[in-house]
Amino acid sequence: MAIPIYAGKLERTWYYSYRIICALIFLFLIGPILIIIPLSFNVQPYFTFTPEMLSFDPAGYSLRWYEEFLASQEWMRSIKNSFMVAIAATILATSLGTLAALGLSRAEMPYRALIMSILISPMIVPLIVSAAGMFFFYSSINLAGTFLGLILAHTALGIPFVVITVTATLSGFDHSLTRAAAGLGANPRVVFFKVMLPLVTPGVISGALFAFITSFDEVVVAIFVAGVEQRTIPLQMWGGIREQISPTILAVATILVAISILLLTVLELLRRRSERQRGLTPS
Amino acid sequence: MANTYSKVGEMTTNDGVPLKISLQRSQRKLKLWAFLLVAPLLIFITISFILPVVSMTMRGVENPQVANILPNVVDALYVWDGVDLPDEAAYEALVIDLTAGRKNKNIGKVASRLNYERSGMRRVISGSSRKAAKLKEGPYKEQMIKINKAWGDVTTWSLIKRESGAFTYSYLVAAVDYKITDQGDIVAKSEEKQIYKSLFGRTLMMSFTITIICILLAYPIAYLLATLPMAKSNLLMILVLLPFWTSLLVRTTTWIVLLQSNGVLNDILVWMNIIDDSGRLQMIYNQTGTIIAMTHILLPFMVLPLYSVMKTIPPSYMRAALSLGANPVVSYVRVYIPMTVTGIGAGSLLVFILSIGYYITPALVGGQSGVLISNMIAYHMQNSLNWGLAGALGFILLVIVMIFYAIFNKVIGIDKMKMG
Repeated sequence: MAIPIYAGKLERTWYYSYRIICALIFLFLIGPILIIIPLSFNVQPYFTFTPEMLSFDPAGYSLRWYEEFLASQEWMRSIKNSFMVAIAATILATSLGTLAALGLSRAEMPYRALIMSILISPMIVPLIVSAAGMFFFYSSINLAGTFLGLILAHTALGIPFVVITVTATLSGFDHSLTRAAAGLGANPRVVFFKVMLPLVTPGVISGALFAFITSFDEVVVAIFVAGVEQRTIPLQMWGGIREQISPTILAVATILVAISILLLTVLELLRRRSERQRGLTPS
Repeated sequence: MANTYSKVGEMTTNDGVPLKISLQRSQRKLKLWAFLLVAPLLIFITISFILPVVSMTMRGVENPQVANILPNVVDALYVWDGVDLPDEAAYEALVIDLTAGRKNKNIGKVASRLNYERSGMRRVISGSSRKAAKLKEGPYKEQMIKINKAWGDVTTWSLIKRESGAFTYSYLVAAVDYKITDQGDIVAKSEEKQIYKSLFGRTLMMSFTITIICILLAYPIAYLLATLPMAKSNLLMILVLLPFWTSLLVRTTTWIVLLQSNGVLNDILVWMNIIDDSGRLQMIYNQTGTIIAMTHILLPFMVLPLYSVMKTIPPSYMRAALSLGANPVVSYVRVYIPMTVTGIGAGSLLVFILSIGYYITPALVGGQSGVLISNMIAYHMQNSLNWGLAGALGFILLVIVMIFYAIFNKVIGIDKMKMG
């Protein structure tokens, strides 16, 4: 969308002001996330740039909030809890969700629309209603305040993402490929593992990543279902922000941003791989 | 094979089964297979999600306390005409139930239940239950009225009778700022006691504002992303996707850091001499803070559907409009924007549905004026423990969301939704 040479003055002004507007909106999106990174290295317990930081004086920076974070048993336990719950919920959601997506993408599936609506309902129902419902349910079967209860609750929340991404991948699946493989003499098992699975895997993995981040980032249900022993990182942050916000939270936030950059990179690589495998080149 | 030709003109398989039946049979098998693949998940979601949510909203109409804890009173009042004070039998039943309730330690439940309907009833019930246990013998009518004169008031009895059913609409009535009078009429609460209607109104209003701001901010950048060459737009896309993948609490924290009165933004404004050091702006712990933070959090949900629609619009349409003599503004408004309406619709409904049910961000940055209906539900769940009212409010919220979701599904279709 380069500006043509023959563009008039008005067009030129509009072109540049449009670019500036877009830059400002991008700044609004990314700025707040980037600004906490330098602030987390502040030597002072302030949430703003000190004169030393602005003059790039090394004395203005320190790792003290990271040290505090690493020394805190509560934070360390919450990290362990978060990963444990998220990984278990991801495995459950991905296996159940992929199985269901395989069924849903079959042409013979009865009541598809209704079942789809039920399966994705955890995404639609307001979180506070889900959380309250799950609180009563898991209390009644004595699973409130246990890891199993939290894992099952997070599994339910992650499932819609797995179902949606995997059915989307399967709907784009070219069935003539399996027929071609069969025609070339591959038996059904080989067709599934050598042809179908490699093509579907990127969808399954991106669904799994969605399920992981859903659980890893989830607070509302955790507030109601988790006990003190099950405090996750978001719960710990929630408590921290509500009581006395300490710069340690900025250190944690920076680490979480790093994790999301990592996830984003994996997802992008998967997308490219899947496009290559389908023989689509980026247009 | 002889039986292959069993009937003239009918096609059969090798085994002699008519083709139609054979096909049906194998279809049925495939159907069963497909269903079996879905079944584990369907059962899991139904038991661990659908039923809990339904039972939570049912709490908004369930009414077990009076019927379970004062069963004899309920029986005795069954034949009561509701005009004069009930007879001795009802008072005797009351003493029996209050004594039993005190012994079983569940009298408090019915006390708080009736207290929701009329304040002061908690004291009436628990005080009377303490004293009723000491009563030796009847007749009880005079003695109970002496213990608490509320028992000499017809309206106390009609309240108990009204709430003796297994279901009640009183929570739902309360959730829309109405109340039931002693005569059983439904009237609006007095002006200063109305909170929920204005809270629902504020929730809808703020969600609407956030949606509009999201459209205004998302449209230009989605257009830029859709029209730039792939390499550049992929790079810029990261700026949209990174916030999308970043923890909600991280993003809320950054807005607290940025907007608070000693925060970065106020410091910049003071440094630029736009505002005075004493006149720092209050941008957080109010509605403004909630709207800014939620717009930031929900913006990617608007950009992504808009982008995917704009991506499919060939640039030649605009060129055609221009070459046919339309000026750029006209061609943009009359040709381009109408083609993106589905994207605007998808993004708007998504943002609107998500923001109606938002809890975390308003709770952290909303202060007094920025809280939404979800925060009130959480308050009744955790602090006031009025689970019936929480259920009724949750039910109304759920119905509103369902209506918008139904529109979403009708207009766009959930299976067309893309993520990431």
